[in-house]
Order: sequence, then C-alpha cells, then structure tokens
Amino acid sequence: MSAIAHDVHAGGHSPAPRRQPTGFGMLLYRMKKGLGSSTPYLMMLGVAFWIFAYWLLCEGLSLPRFEKIPGPVTLLSDWLSATPQQGTSIYTPDYYQHIWVSCRRIVIAFLLATALGVPLGLLMGWSRKVKDFTFPLFETLRPIPIMAWVPLAILMFAGYETPVIFLATLASFFATTLNTMLGVQSIDESYFRAAGCLGSRKRDVFWNVVVPGAMPYIFTGLQISIGVAWFSLVAAEMVSGDYGLGYLILSSYVNSVTVPMVIGMLTLGFVGWFSSAIVRFVGNRLMQWHVKALAMQGR
Amino acid sequence: MRPDVFSPGAVAAKGAISIRNVTKIYDPDGAQVMAVDNCSMDIAPGEVCMIVGPSGCGKTTLLNAIAGFHSITEGEIILDGVQLCGPRQPLATQSADRIVVFQNGALFPWKTLAENVAYGPMVQRRWPKAECMERARTALKEAGLGAVVDKYPGEVSSGMARRAEIVRALINDPKVLLLDEPYRAMDALTKQIMHEALLEMYDRTKVTIYFITHDLEEAIFLGDKVYVMTTRPCRVKKVIDVNLPRPRDYTTLTTEAFRLLVKEADEAVHEEALKAFKAGEREMA
Ligand SMILES: Nc1ncnc2c1ncn2[C@@H]1O[C@H](COP(=O)(O)OP(=O)(O)O)[C@@H](O)[C@H]1O
Ligand SMILES: [Mg+2]
Repeated sequence: MSAIAHDVHAGGHSPAPRRQPTGFGMLLYRMKKGLGSSTPYLMMLGVAFWIFAYWLLCEGLSLPRFEKIPGPVTLLSDWLSATPQQGTSIYTPDYYQHIWVSCRRIVIAFLLATALGVPLGLLMGWSRKVKDFTFPLFETLRPIPIMAWVPLAILMFAGYETPVIFLATLASFFATTLNTMLGVQSIDESYFRAAGCLGSRKRDVFWNVVVPGAMPYIFTGLQISIGVAWFSLVAAEMVSGDYGLGYLILSSYVNSVTVPMVIGMLTLGFVGWFSSAIVRFVGNRLMQWHVKALAMQGR
Repeated sequence: MRPDVFSPGAVAAKGAISIRNVTKIYDPDGAQVMAVDNCSMDIAPGEVCMIVGPSGCGKTTLLNAIAGFHSITEGEIILDGVQLCGPRQPLATQSADRIVVFQNGALFPWKTLAENVAYGPMVQRRWPKAECMERARTALKEAGLGAVVDKYPGEVSSGMARRAEIVRALINDPKVLLLDEPYRAMDALTKQIMHEALLEMYDRTKVTIYFITHDLEEAIFLGDKVYVMTTRPCRVKKVIDVNLPRPRDYTTLTTEAFRLLVKEADEAVHEEALKAFKAGEREMA
C-alpha cells in the first residue's frame, strides 16, 4: 500500500488507471464494493425480521391456530439433529432421497421442455405460417391449469415417474414456448433489414438474428419455466408418487408430523432458488453482450 | 429497360441509379396514401446525392424501394442498367450491392464490432472465415476504431457505432450506400467528426451515396448534388449542384460559396415546408 502511494508521489503524475481485476481479484473487489453498500445489511435485517415474526407467532406468543405449527426453534433443532423426533433431518438418508428424486424429475422435465419449447417458439415467432398453424391449439391448451391435467396424465402414463415428469414438462413447455415466440417478435425490424442488405440467406438470418435476438426473452422464459416446473412437479407429487419433496410435504401432513412438512417446504424454496440462479448464471454467460449493455446503462 | 438507352459512360461506371416515374401508394386499412408521385431522378456513379425535404414527404419510401424493403406501385428503378424493380417485379431483391445505414443504428448488439463488420463477407462467403475477421479488424482500425474492435455495440458511443456501421457496409464493396438521417440524434460536435469520417471513407471508396437529411448545412457540406423534394406526394423540386472543391474540411463551412448554397437550399426547402404546413392545416380543418 505504502509502496504504491510512494510511487505516485515520486513520479509526480497521476497513477495509471487501474485495470479490471480478474478471477479472485474481481471477487474481492465485488465483495468490498458490496459490503460498502446497504444491500447486505438490509438483506440480513429483512431475514432476521421475518424469522423473528415467525418465532413470535408460533413460539413467543403461540397464538391460537399457530400453536400446532412448528416454530423456528423446534424446526431447526429437529432439522439439524442426528436423531430427529419427527423422522426427517439432514442426517436421514430419506431426506436426500426426496431432494434427489425431485431434482432429477425437474432436470428431465426442464430439459425436455426447453428442447421442445425453444425451437417451436423460434419457428412460431419467425414464420407466420407456423404460427397460424399452431397458435390456436397452443392458446387453448395453455390456460388449462396443470392440476386439471392430472387425471389425464395418470390415465396416459403408467407408474409414478412418467405422469409426474409429464406434468412438469407441460407447464414448463408453455412458458418457454410463449416467451421464445415473444422474444422473436420483439426483435427490431431493422436487424432483419440489415441482415438482408448484407447478403444473408434465410438460414443466416435465423442463426444470426432470430436466435441471438430472442435470447434475452428466452432466458426470462426459462426462469419462469423452471419456476412453474417446480410448482407443477410438487402438485403432481402430492397426487401421485412415492418420493419427492411434494410427497414429503403431503405425507407428513397426513401423518401429523408437522416438522418434516415445513422442512420440505423450506427445502423446496432453497432448491428452487438455486435452480433459477443456475439458469440466470448460464443466461448471463451466454449473453455477455446483454449484460454489458445493461451495465453501461447503469443497471 | 435496355442498357443501350443509357449514355455509354453511365453504363460502364458502377453505382448509377436511375429512378424513373416511380409512384408509391400505401394502402393502410383501405385508405390510399400517395407517398411518391411520378418521381424521376438520375444519380451518377460515385455521386454523393443528398435528399432534403419536409418530413413525411416520401424520402424514406424511395430509399426503401431501392433497398428492396418494400415494393413500388408504378415506374422502375435501375441500377447500372439492371432493373431492380419495375412493373413486373415491384419489389427489388435485397442484396449487398445496396447497403442501408439506419437512422437508429442497426449493428447487431449480440456481435462485437469486428464480428458485425465481418458478418457480410462471411455470409456471402467472400473469404474464409478467419480472413473475414482479419479484414474486419483492419477496416475498423483504418476507421480509427482499433481500440474497440472487440467491444459490443452497447459498450461504445453512438458516434463510434455509426462509424462502425458504415465500415460494416463498405467492407462489402457495395455500389450504393443508402443513409437515412444517420446523424440526426447527434450533437453538433459529434456530427462534424462523423462528416469528416464519412468524407474520408468516401474519398477512399467513391461509392454512390444516397443520403437523406434534414440538415441543410450537412447536405451542402457532404453532397455533390442536393435534391430538394416537394411536400407529399414526393417529387424533385430542385436540384442544387454543389461545386465546392473536394477534399472538403471544416474550413469549407465558412466560405462565401458555401453560405450562398445553403441560402439557396434554404429558400427552396422553406417554400415546401410552408406548403406542407398549409396542407396540414387544410387536413386538420
Ligand atoms: N408503411 C406505411 N403505410 C402507410 N403509410 C406510410 C407507410 N410508410 C410511410 N407512409 C406515409 O408515406 C408518407 C411518406 O413517408 P416517408 O417516406 O417515411 O417520409 P420521409 O422519410 O420523407 O419523412 C408519410 O406521409 C407516411 O405517413
Ligand atoms: Mg424518413
């Protein structure tokens, strides 16, 4: 530190502009900047406030209708205990089995929905004919709540696994397709014109304008779609299943063990958050141009 | 149109645009709007042709017809003796011999400046991919953009982006460069730098330029000819020959000849603007 200061004075001119740090240096820089702002403190304060309110309702005051719900103290002591009173904690293999089964289903459903929805959405947005051909059916099926599909899914698919994956895929597929289509339609006409002037064939326009131009919408769509995938997965697991977080929540309730029920809910929250963070991360990686343009606008 | 109708010199050179009796009627919701009426103009190869006229008079409509973005209703447009559009083919085919630089800029935001510039040659398969990139970088460097070749358009200033867009057009060796009020949103200082950069690129390529603008000083400073258009429907009202010597630079702006030309253009445009205004009043009444 002092060496640097000394250099500056000895040179008698202003210091060279700092280069952008990379890797660990960047991490440190961001942390320093982050700790200097109010964000982390507000976040901690917010979390602390809600946990306190939760404690007050269930354990501090134990208001009527709340006394049956496990408070934060009961919850945490069971969750972290090697010998949980209500059977589920971070030490029981069953807990991980539930998480694993749900995650596996989500990954399959999400990948399937993306693999089908993105190409279909791109074609629907790009080609008037494809849109005319598919849109009425699409718009009729899309508003049907995923729970209304449950009986049909059970009739159509055998076993526990396929109907559940089908339901999650379906919900996710609609969100992905619609956003992708809107993404293509949002692309400014002048990019198509510019591509035309520069001698593009249809194929070039598709890969160089349609796909990258729709990318920001596609990733917004994927974030929504992974959310609705979790939503419908849990709903489906509650109806039919032998494992999974939705199953854990409902079966705990049926067996009157409320702690695993709440553990299941919170675990869902964390895993869901984590999964959208992954989608966001991949999106930002693929769209450096978008991230940088937003950064220039100060966002 | 048979080539032998042309004067021999015009056929041999590149980038001669002939607009013959072009009429364009828009038909939105059944109400017919005549944007261009029986308009003819002949642009010589390598000419810098500046188009001025009241807003909404049909300047962009003509540009779009040349570029092949939309069809014409009557007449024909000929480029170097080849009919681009006419009675049998109302919509011109888009091609890299006529490249447009858009008012709001249309560099692909998802490609770096170098990738943008290399795009045209790549899809036309002019050179191998690596060579396209190499030439794109060189071209950007020559235009004074060497420091930002690997930046995305969103990361550079609008002036830089617009210059890069012109580089992206010129690397394809087009016959005609079509510009639709490209510097409209820029401040006076940036504009001046853009003008000098454009003149410098023009002196190197001598491509025919069709340039729409509202700015009369810009028109006189850059142009060989200034076409003053009438209010809608669009026709040529007056052609001003700008016989100021090239190369021009900012000192040209203060000469007497320059001032007189601007005055001449101003009078013609003012008359049309007044007519447009009165027509607007009639329409409102
Ligand atoms: N796509 C369109 N449909 C209907 N009318 C149009 C369309 N484009 C332009 N016009 C009309 O044609 C006239 C000329 O437009 P334009 O060529 O854009 O004018 P300029 O570029 O000279 O300002 C305007 O009155 C405009 O309202
Ligand atoms: Mg216009």
